Amino acid sequence: MTLSSADLASQSRFKSLLVSISAPIVGGLLGLLIGAVLILLAGANVGEVYSAMLKGAFGGQRQITETILKAMPLLLVGLGLTVAFRARVWNIGGEGQYYMGALFGSIIALSFPGLPRVLLLTTMLMAAALGGMLWALLAAVMKIKWNVNIIISTLMLNYIAVFFVRYMARGPLQDPNGYLPESAQFIKAARMPTFFGTRIHLGVFLALLLVPIVYALLWHTPLGFRLRAVGSRASVALYAGISVNRAILFVMAFSGGLIGLAGIIEVSTLHTRLKGDISGGYGFTGILVALLGRMNPIGVAVAAFLFAALIIGAESMHVVSGLPDALADAIAAIMVLSVLAVDGLVRRWRKS
Amino acid sequence: MIWDLVLQWSFLIALVAAAVRLAVPVLLATLGEIITERSGVLNLGLEGVMVMGAVTGFMVAYYLENGPLAGVSTSWSAWLGLGAGVIAGMALGLIMAVLSISLAVDQVIAGVTLVVFGHGMANYLYRQQFSSLTARVAGLEPVDIPLLSDIPIIGDLFFSYDPTVYLTGLLVFVSWFFLFRTTWGLKIRSVGENPAAAETSGVGVSRVRYSALLIGTGLAGLGGAVLTVVQLNLFREGITAGRGWIAVALVIFARWRPGLALVGALLFGLADALQYRIQALSQIERGAGVIPYEFLLMLPYVLTLLALIYRRGRGDAPAALGRPYTQDTH
Repeated sequence: MTLSSADLASQSRFKSLLVSISAPIVGGLLGLLIGAVLILLAGANVGEVYSAMLKGAFGGQRQITETILKAMPLLLVGLGLTVAFRARVWNIGGEGQYYMGALFGSIIALSFPGLPRVLLLTTMLMAAALGGMLWALLAAVMKIKWNVNIIISTLMLNYIAVFFVRYMARGPLQDPNGYLPESAQFIKAARMPTFFGTRIHLGVFLALLLVPIVYALLWHTPLGFRLRAVGSRASVALYAGISVNRAILFVMAFSGGLIGLAGIIEVSTLHTRLKGDISGGYGFTGILVALLGRMNPIGVAVAAFLFAALIIGAESMHVVSGLPDALADAIAAIMVLSVLAVDGLVRRWRKS
Repeated sequence: MIWDLVLQWSFLIALVAAAVRLAVPVLLATLGEIITERSGVLNLGLEGVMVMGAVTGFMVAYYLENGPLAGVSTSWSAWLGLGAGVIAGMALGLIMAVLSISLAVDQVIAGVTLVVFGHGMANYLYRQQFSSLTARVAGLEPVDIPLLSDIPIIGDLFFSYDPTVYLTGLLVFVSWFFLFRTTWGLKIRSVGENPAAAETSGVGVSRVRYSALLIGTGLAGLGGAVLTVVQLNLFREGITAGRGWIAVALVIFARWRPGLALVGALLFGLADALQYRIQALSQIERGAGVIPYEFLLMLPYVLTLLALIYRRGRGDAPAALGRPYTQDTH
């Protein structure tokens, strides 16, 4: 008896693994299919558009580098949100936490140019993590103290953060020798070192390093178990003596910190100065990354790379075909919607 | 000084009139979301629904004005644009309904994804159709109600708006009447409170929830279209500026009641109008001590947070809100 039930359990685990891997594949293909319909409706050639996207994302060393660089912020945001979403804490304030991370890190970069490089970069990263963390914790505290819905508070805080950073870039932090609403350029020491003679920088490795760390946190620590318990059912967590409030504080701080890191890394490597427009919607695309990656760090890494390829591919597709690169966002969202639908269908089909 | 100007009558009247107009899009979405949430479905996709209503309404109005209806009547093209906004909203509502009602997908996840989808599609559609940013539509003229609009102050405050303002005012009453005085409304509320019991007494839970979601997203789509077709006469990326999310917040603030939604939306409108007006004045009265405009822009969002802190959470939320219903869950 025990043997067969164990067999059954392992069989069903294998089955659910199969489903959880195949749903994103089916969803991804459906997304491309619906994308093809959109391209047809615009009167363009589907084959040309898609091959332009493919070439744009993977056509050569430069293209692959761009795709990897684009995947970095998406991976960090996606990993952060994975931890929050696993506990069913819906942090959709990635955009604001990204901006606050960029702001805190930039203040260090602009204020202490005299520090030795290693110390400067470390302080920048720590300050950025702190900025994102504090901004996320604001929503957590409002939830715990006044029962304010985290989805709405994080979303409102997005707008407030973006406007605040714009003010800082135009006002107190503006380049004294410049006219544009942006800070002075970071000194060389405040930019991440690059490797292999390409633009691949330290931040990419940092993001990759966090994949196993987040995985271990979620599945191999008591804390991770507690977080997942809170996510699976709050009443079970209460019964097991787990503090839901502490879980909320932890996941908000953790996700905010990771997202804040993405902010300063992107600013220090790509923009090299603080300005009002530094994100390109990473806070939201990161949600899609976490969902398509099934809130599993390895899946999230794959999803981040896929969406990065989609975005970079769409940029060069735009040049070739004239179709707007916003097509990438639409296709990415359609992919996730399709995955949700496939999941729902499988659940329904299993029950009957 | 700015504050001397602020405290003049003409300024206050203009401010309130602007607040009423700015309240319209968010109020339409809030009313819609109240109906949806009363049925037990939490539609967080509202922002995406609004932006799709905004882009579709704008495009339809634009092409009618410069195509088949050129030179005929700009108000016809505007009304048809608004209708298109409703349909676009319902189309997104249908996606949400299939996912969250038929397939029992987590409503939070489905809703948030719908927002990203709405923004992506809207930006794609607009950029694909319009290469320049100068496309504009004529919109709707304000209607001065005869005699009443001539009364000083009262006329400006109540009787000189475009038709969508009066329509929205009417819809506040209609949605209250619909929810609390019709059988359909009763069914919606009963599946939101206790779907299993409603099902037992012969109410089709799925069908009722579909209807509530489609009505709600239709209204939100209309709100988006009012914004582009009637108020701003143009489309820009991110034009809804979080109004869909603010509507979700206002539903909580309004305790799922249409009358209180009117109060909440007017407060939002006032904050929005205030920041516009002070910005405009700051440009006239440039000088020291003027508030940076970024802080003024934050005002509606800060106010929304304060409103939620004031309300302290869910209050009178429908008991089954956010929970998918399948026949075998009980």
